[in-house]
Amino acid sequence: MDDGNEIEIRDLNLWYGDNHALKDVNLDIRKNRITALIGPSGCGKSTFLRCINRMNDLIEGVKIKGEVLLNGENIYKKDVDVVALRKRIGQVFQKPNPFPMSIYDNVAYGPRIHGVGKKELDGVVEKSLKDAALWREVSDRLEGAALDLSGGQQQRLCIARALAIRPDVILFDEPCSALDPISTHKIEDLLQELKKKYTIVIVTHNMQQAARVSDYTGFFLLGEMIEFNRTRVLFENPEMEQTEDYITGRFG
Amino acid sequence: MINSKTSDKVMKGVFWFSALLIISILFLILGYVFVEGIRVVNLSFISDMPKNNWREGGIYPAIVGTFYLVAVALLFAVPLGVLTAIYLVEFRKEDNLTSIIRISVDSLNAVPSIVFGLFGLSLFFYYLKDFTGGPTIFSGGLTLGFMILPTVIRTAEVALRTVPLSEKLGSYALGATKLQTISRIVIPSSIPGIITGVILGFGRAAGETAPIIFMVALNPTMPEFPYLFSQCNALTTQIYYLTSEAISIERAFGMAFVLISIILISNYSARLINKYLARNIRR
Repeated sequence: MDDGNEIEIRDLNLWYGDNHALKDVNLDIRKNRITALIGPSGCGKSTFLRCINRMNDLIEGVKIKGEVLLNGENIYKKDVDVVALRKRIGQVFQKPNPFPMSIYDNVAYGPRIHGVGKKELDGVVEKSLKDAALWREVSDRLEGAALDLSGGQQQRLCIARALAIRPDVILFDEPCSALDPISTHKIEDLLQELKKKYTIVIVTHNMQQAARVSDYTGFFLLGEMIEFNRTRVLFENPEMEQTEDYITGRFG
Repeated sequence: MINSKTSDKVMKGVFWFSALLIISILFLILGYVFVEGIRVVNLSFISDMPKNNWREGGIYPAIVGTFYLVAVALLFAVPLGVLTAIYLVEFRKEDNLTSIIRISVDSLNAVPSIVFGLFGLSLFFYYLKDFTGGPTIFSGGLTLGFMILPTVIRTAEVALRTVPLSEKLGSYALGATKLQTISRIVIPSSIPGIITGVILGFGRAAGETAPIIFMVALNPTMPEFPYLFSQCNALTTQIYYLTSEAISIERAFGMAFVLISIILISNYSARLINKYLARNIRR
């Protein structure tokens, strides 16, 4: 396992119109590690996450300055192919958002648009569902509607869908906030498996979750990254007063 | 003093009466057309050529002509309308141009149908006669197509707007382009709504008289190959002709019966298709 940096963020600033939402964020994201981003609502952690796969491009009035280096390449350079970038950086959303089609077609959606042939497709779908720990539950009804699955299953399907395009990095935007505790537990277990092959960044408002699953944690407040460290250090021995206040529940 | 309970009861009665009145009017019209029409409608009325200036025989050319005209109208209005709706929903932010487009669509919808008829007459009959051949299926169908365009655009727009943003974002996050997202996520989810628009357009196009009154033949005419540029009859215009020339009111009611049946059957089958699609697409 390589312990180098997969992504390096340098002096990242973001504005929604006049609202300066991210201020001089610097952060290194390690390969094959789970990096958690915590902070109160509206602190900019989800906005920051969307900078990594350029999903903010789809929002009107967003201005970005600074660099996001993916394996040394700035993804905000002019000639970067955003479609190819998003193929390397998958995303799982807060609310499960399977497409209104069959389980099989959901997982096959990404490979199909990227030109994977019919022959390989079955294998890709099976492997992705296995890697997302969903195969056992759905192998006998791949043609069934994805929206008939439970919320937790839907979220694992969305993970399988992201895995199917074989990304290097997967971004999780509060993936468990709409799920029950048992489904949450399953996804947390799954994250530990996934980090063997993928680099993971997870935004969560649940501090216990960050402490349980992540190797590194960054604390955001009002658009600034206040503190970043190994998860254990950040939670047991925070350097900044604001961090301590937040993790001890004095505000948030 | 009327207490509040009594006034509630009175108002309830008023609402009930209004609803009842609507239903009665509908059944009165449909029932009357049915009773009058059924006297002359039989298989040969539908499938035979007319004889003796529509006084005897069937009304086959008018049925065929109506379908030809409506087909041309839909072939023109549905692709154009759906593309316009996609442009409005997926490619434009709300700005001056979108409101201009929207006002134009609404204004087009408010144009009286006889004005479409007059416009079609000048455009296709006088200015483009060499191309359209004058009063042909092409000219009449396009005139109807202009008229139903707003219906198609509006219903398609509503259908496209109901596709959740989360699904589109999911598609983009997998590296899909805008075109792939539109063709694989947005349009498939909107198909039931688009079909509703097609059927509404079908009903309006089949049921209008004024736009095609100058575009159809009145004596029995079967379209000939190539159909697009030959003349035809239509049910609505023949109903008008048979009535205004006092040729046969009974047979005009027979035609009305056939026309209403076609529209009702198409509406109903569209509902069935929609139910079926909705079950399979969005669950």
